Amino acid sequence: MTSDTPRNAQPDEQGPSTARELFAGLSRATPIVVGYVPVGLAFGVLAQKAGLSPLNTMLMSLLVYAGASQFIAVSLFAVDAPAWSVIVTTLVVNLRHMLMSAALSPFLKRWHPAELAAFAFQLTDETFAVHSQGLSSGAIRKASAFAIHVTAQASWVLGTWLGMVTGQRITDVKPLALDYALPSLFVALLVLQIRDRVQALVALLTGIMAVGLLLAGMERWGVIAATLVGATIGVGVERWIKVQSPGP
Amino acid sequence: MDQGAITWTLIGMALATYGPRLLPVWLLSSRSMPPAVTAWLRYVPSAVLAALLFPLLLVNGGHISLGPKNIFLWAALPAAWVAVKTRSMVGSVLVGMAIVAAARYLFAV
Repeated sequence: MTSDTPRNAQPDEQGPSTARELFAGLSRATPIVVGYVPVGLAFGVLAQKAGLSPLNTMLMSLLVYAGASQFIAVSLFAVDAPAWSVIVTTLVVNLRHMLMSAALSPFLKRWHPAELAAFAFQLTDETFAVHSQGLSSGAIRKASAFAIHVTAQASWVLGTWLGMVTGQRITDVKPLALDYALPSLFVALLVLQIRDRVQALVALLTGIMAVGLLLAGMERWGVIAATLVGATIGVGVERWIKVQSPGP
Repeated sequence: MDQGAITWTLIGMALATYGPRLLPVWLLSSRSMPPAVTAWLRYVPSAVLAALLFPLLLVNGGHISLGPKNIFLWAALPAAWVAVKTRSMVGSVLVGMAIVAAARYLFAV
């Protein structure tokens, strides 16, 4: 029955293009690696000092994998806070990922639910920002996306492990500016994200709102509240500009 | 908390982190959204990154800090310039870190 199937009817284009995509993903993940290894290291050091076992320290970077909330959790464990408060704080701090997950959804059509489940597990602020830079060229490419995600988490886990094993010898991360790795990464990600004046305005206003909310004591909800308002202002300004100058 | 209880807390944390990451892509990726919603979502990246970044650069110990000693803020300017000029994120990050490290070494800020 199948003997007459022409073997060369479908040229094997999947192989090389998948390899190219994997490589593209790896190279797009390098800035994240530069940011994650030192910050993961700082986390590993702190977790050890807070009394977490090596197993729990590694499990946190493997299963939770959310930078800010891992640091907050370690500080809560150190003061023997109750488990529920650690979990609720984690939920509130990470609710912002709902917005990121929603923002990527239009570009993940026709993905299998299991693929989406694997993709979402490693969605972080930084991987989200790298994906959203490539969106002008259409859908998110699977192989590239997973290469970015796996490389990023591997570097986070590697950093955690390095911090754990070198923990006692590293007393201060400041001389090497390791504490500036993530702020500096956010600077680059934000700058490369802004494509027009409305986006620049949205970034400026949202950033100022986030600072205001933080100073007002909303340290957990500030990011998500500022983002909701900022994106709404963006759409409003975009509509207003269209009304002012009806294009061809 | 003993280590066993910490492990269970970690599992709760993992669920609390995974839920917000997973639910929107699961619920939204297979349906088409109104144009107003997709227009709104296009501003989320710029907005959320700025909301994460500005406090890191501007707030120090619960106060706004714009003085010369706020090296995080001043190092961000050349780092941003490198990002715009070279489109290289790695270069930008390394320049930012090098400036902060050098300023700490030279001026003890």
